[in-house]
Amino acid sequence: MTTKDKYKKVAYYPGCALEGTGHAYNRSTKAVGKALGLDLVEVKNWNCCGAMEVKNIDPKIQTYLSSRVMSVAANEMGMDVVMAPCNGCYHNLKKAEYDLKNDPSSVDVVGKLSDKAGHQAYKSGQVETIHALDWIKGAIGEEGLKERIKNSLAGIKIANYYGCMYTRPRHIFPEKDQGPGSESTSKPHFMDDLLAAAGAENVDFPLKTACCGGAHTMSDSDTSTRLVLNILKAAKMAGADVIATECPTCHSGLEMHQIRAEKRLGEKVDIKILYFTQLIGMALGLKPKKVGVHENVSDSMSFLKEKGLA
Amino acid sequence: MRSIDAIGTAIETPTREASPEQAAGELLALAEEVLEHWVLAKGAAPTTETREGFRLLALHRQGAQGDPSFNACRETCREAAYHYNLVTMQPDSAATDQRLEMMRLIVNHLFLFVSGKMQVAGLGEFCCSSKPIRLAPGQEDRISKEA
Repeated sequence: MTTKDKYKKVAYYPGCALEGTGHAYNRSTKAVGKALGLDLVEVKNWNCCGAMEVKNIDPKIQTYLSSRVMSVAANEMGMDVVMAPCNGCYHNLKKAEYDLKNDPSSVDVVGKLSDKAGHQAYKSGQVETIHALDWIKGAIGEEGLKERIKNSLAGIKIANYYGCMYTRPRHIFPEKDQGPGSESTSKPHFMDDLLAAAGAENVDFPLKTACCGGAHTMSDSDTSTRLVLNILKAAKMAGADVIATECPTCHSGLEMHQIRAEKRLGEKVDIKILYFTQLIGMALGLKPKKVGVHENVSDSMSFLKEKGLA
Repeated sequence: MRSIDAIGTAIETPTREASPEQAAGELLALAEEVLEHWVLAKGAAPTTETREGFRLLALHRQGAQGDPSFNACRETCREAAYHYNLVTMQPDSAATDQRLEMMRLIVNHLFLFVSGKMQVAGLGEFCCSSKPIRLAPGQEDRISKEA
């Protein structure tokens, strides 16, 4: 089976953020899937991936929580691919996969907790976990996307922001850095590739994998605001009109701290922040509301009208 | 070696008289000092070796030993080195001023990331999350209310 066929129907693991602050990402991912003829089957009764909070307290509990999601997809739904659009979920499922392949004590803990919870333990290799970027790139590809574009993103300059968890740590992403066609952990480009196929002009953005301060946005908000402000300024200096995101934590952090930077530090950076799925959706001819632009904190409507997307 | 706060101030204050090469050299030195603080805080002596021609990259490698989360600033260090090369190899380019300003933002990001992380080192496997231990008692209420 080719990757294209394999990714046509995948188990969808939205994760907690996409039901809350990242709902626009949820809406736009589903809308883009529908517009592209791809089938998303939500993982039944899914649970938290363990996020950062559980992992910091007990990494093996996080491994179990993530493994349960994969177990449900594999053993109860018969799926062999799980697509997680959130960087945190994607990272945690990949980490659990790595742990269960390489660490016998993790296998032991997951086995015991799965027994206790009354479900089959997940076994390494039962599913392939992918990100939304892998999904569109693998199922449709740049050429396929170009054929389907109705409203080109031509004239829009984009800084693609991947955040810190999409590529790190490298050892949990064995499929990356495998030469032409694979994703790069040092200079990721899948989002750049897809948005370029939709007609956008990507700018050279040096902070595409830099920390957004998302992890301490509550405990040390001022540092988070300064980190975000730095990202916004660098994107603006690189000539971007828009920062495209692919992580709900990064996205909400950029939006909230853009406002906070103006209030607390008196620094306003006028740059739009949109999920890559929103941009691709509008390029496919979907209306802004269909891809949840109204659910974003920042207002991009006048910009989108000016560019002929709304 | 300057204090971490003094480094932050120096990053934000461009040296007006400096040539582009000097300004880039100063920013690179500030980035190295940031990482020296991190390495010292971990109880090691900052390396004087270089990697791919840059002490900054050797210091990052040293700082990430036993602490994989520190790789979250690996590309930031590499971008600082790249921009240093751009400025020093093409000082007469029309883009030099912009490249220097971008390098300043990159080094500032490294400073913010490392200085924030130094306050919470040891807490968390991958991310830099945790309580703001630099805050004085009483200030935490303000943060909680704001959150």
